[in-house]
Amino acid sequence: MIRYAYIIPFLPLLSFFINIAVGKRLPRKGDWLCLGTIAVALAMSIGIFYEVFRAYDPNFRYHIAFPWITVGNRALLNTGILIDNVTAVMLLVVTIVSTLVHLFSIGYMHGDPRYSRFFAYLSIFSFSMLGLVLAESFLFIYIFWELVGLSSYLLIGFWFEKKSASDAGKKAFIVNRVGDFGFLIGILIIYATCGVLGYDQVFLAIGEGKLSGTLLTLAGIGVFCGAIGKSAQFPLHVWLPDAMEGPTPVSALIHAATMVAAGVYLVGRVYPMFTPDAFLFIACFGLITLFLTASIALAQNDIKKVLAYSTCSQLGYMIMGLGVGGYTAGLAHLTTHAAFKACLFLGSGSVIHAVHSQDIQEMGGLRKKMPITFVTFLIATLAISGVPGFSGFYSKDMILAAALEFGMKSANPLHMIFFIGALFTAGLTAFYMFRLVILTFFGAPKDHHKYDHAHESPASMWVPLVVLAGLSFSFWYSGWFGTLVQKPKSVANLAGISAPAKAATMEHAAVMAPAPQEEAVSAPAGAPHAEDPAASHGTSAPAGHGTDAGHDAHIAHTAHTYAMYSSVAVGTLGIFLAFLVYSFGWINPDRVANAVKPLYKFLQNKWYFDELYEATIINGSKALSRGLAWFDMHVVDGLVNLTAQIGVFVSFLVGKFDDYVVDGAVNGLASATTGSGSLLGRLQTGKLYHYVFVLAGGALIIFLIKAF
Amino acid sequence: MTLDKLLIIAAALFCCGLYTVMTRRNAVAVLMGVELILNATNINFVAFSFFLSRVMGGQIFAVFVIVLAAAEAAVALAIFLRMFSTTGTVEVDTADQLKG
Repeated sequence: MIRYAYIIPFLPLLSFFINIAVGKRLPRKGDWLCLGTIAVALAMSIGIFYEVFRAYDPNFRYHIAFPWITVGNRALLNTGILIDNVTAVMLLVVTIVSTLVHLFSIGYMHGDPRYSRFFAYLSIFSFSMLGLVLAESFLFIYIFWELVGLSSYLLIGFWFEKKSASDAGKKAFIVNRVGDFGFLIGILIIYATCGVLGYDQVFLAIGEGKLSGTLLTLAGIGVFCGAIGKSAQFPLHVWLPDAMEGPTPVSALIHAATMVAAGVYLVGRVYPMFTPDAFLFIACFGLITLFLTASIALAQNDIKKVLAYSTCSQLGYMIMGLGVGGYTAGLAHLTTHAAFKACLFLGSGSVIHAVHSQDIQEMGGLRKKMPITFVTFLIATLAISGVPGFSGFYSKDMILAAALEFGMKSANPLHMIFFIGALFTAGLTAFYMFRLVILTFFGAPKDHHKYDHAHESPASMWVPLVVLAGLSFSFWYSGWFGTLVQKPKSVANLAGISAPAKAATMEHAAVMAPAPQEEAVSAPAGAPHAEDPAASHGTSAPAGHGTDAGHDAHIAHTAHTYAMYSSVAVGTLGIFLAFLVYSFGWINPDRVANAVKPLYKFLQNKWYFDELYEATIINGSKALSRGLAWFDMHVVDGLVNLTAQIGVFVSFLVGKFDDYVVDGAVNGLASATTGSGSLLGRLQTGKLYHYVFVLAGGALIIFLIKAF
Repeated sequence: MTLDKLLIIAAALFCCGLYTVMTRRNAVAVLMGVELILNATNINFVAFSFFLSRVMGGQIFAVFVIVLAAAEAAVALAIFLRMFSTTGTVEVDTADQLKG
């Protein structure tokens, strides 16, 4: 099956072309075609995952590459696919969510005038996302990166008659461009120094020391900039909440489960090339994002906006998890989050479909009207809140443990902030998610008209909810995930020690053949434990600690225990507080909001990020444009006009030269000819005796000359 | 009879012919002057041949000139006839249509 993996992305591409061309004329407007192709892709992904799972090898790699652009005999750029364990999991995630979203859309988009086009867009998105997952080089991930950006733009602005929707599409695209620019710079640094773009080739080149030091850090940060844009990290998180203008299935597919996770996937994919400084940078941005967006989510009243900010926050968790060395943790959260967040979004879609409103202050009591939606939504909420037994607990706990371990191992006490911030935000997450659930499904209905109209959604909509809710339990993930997805060994050339040639191999390869050099680089020592997300880390372990394997394992174990207890405690506290405030009414939320009015306003206005960007970047670029326009009008146009006038003047001179010198020469020649002609013409008298006279005279002269 | 006397006669004859060609306007008279010049030439040919050469080249050349003069006279007289029938005169001064 894995040999046919390259077919997977082309299936949705095929249905895209068919649907965009003749979709309207197909029976049922072609939705079955898109659903069918993605279902085949799902089946193939399951097959691939089965093969990978059966191999059960942390080092599993399936890599084919063939030359794409060759110059002479040298392959300049390759194309191909690279499947390791993470890719297999990611393929499964993307195809499962995509298939369910296709199914859900059949109900949700029913009767839309551009129904077939919607499915075509979903297909092109699936194509790009699958291509992104399978890509084996920086170049191809960049190409598909832009393609998912394009499909995101098309789908956010799907209802482009609404100005807010088309604006949101543009905003998403432009904000993403900012991040992609950084990504491009990173890629160019890599290409300029290493001369290759395939992951393995680049890692090998970095291991050989072709790219190192500050430039390597910069390249890593540049690549991470792409993730900042796509995964909606601070400071480019502003596009994601606005992207909720798109149809809700799109929000579930693109802006919750898959595309926004592409940034996390990218960081995971190129994990070996990051330097400790780059990791710290990544962790800081993750931390800022997870706290900032969670705080905004507290004060939002739009059901989808709350979920959007929660998505940003969870992505922040993943990024921070990767940044503090929790490779497995970050990718585990990516996987579990895809399921429960897609479930939440589709559940919100079901609610919106029923009550035709997105304002949670107009809802309430819906649990009786929509039992299936309620139960699935609740399960997903428990998962995101980190309640034991659900998938979010499993993965978020790993991230917290990684952060705590990072803080404990670090010499700098300030690094504990990663754990403290993440733990505090875990409480916030539980609080705002239960606020959402309580206001939507519990209590008395606030708008009776809307409540009476509400009804459970059709089967095509609740089946995906049930499937996704089923995937929100932790037993699906625990065990194998930690074994199969293990942190790859860093290839960054640190402290002048050249990394081994086979640098791209997984960490535990180094365990099996522990060369002294390798131990000095990152020293994993003890066999990686399945539940041990952060065996070792460049920054976290100063040189002295690096070799002390027992000590490290002890710290990891302690960190894991503490993180688990504290996260459960904080999550429970958040849930409890939410019930106190919104269900039992012991604390009046309005009074609290009034008491801290400036803070509440600040949160409700999303930390004034949009206003800040409006005032600085947007107005700044407008002013710059005006300045450039002035420059254009006066300086550039002035230069052009000056050139034109010089041209006119020179032409005038040349014209004069033509008139007098050239024409004068021609006319002079002509008049000289006529003058000499008329002069000589007088000799031709036509009188015979003149000629004879001249003849005789000439003869006489010749005679005289000869005679004397 | 010496060469000198013959040359003097030929020169005198030539001058008469030349004078006729230069002064007369009647085309027939001009033609007659030309005949005189040709004959003066003939005398020279024959005289030089007789006195200075052992072969008869000069005499033969004179015969050629006579034949040529006859042919020329025939052509010229034909032209004059055409000229007379067209313009009503054979004055050489009037034949100036080719002048630019």
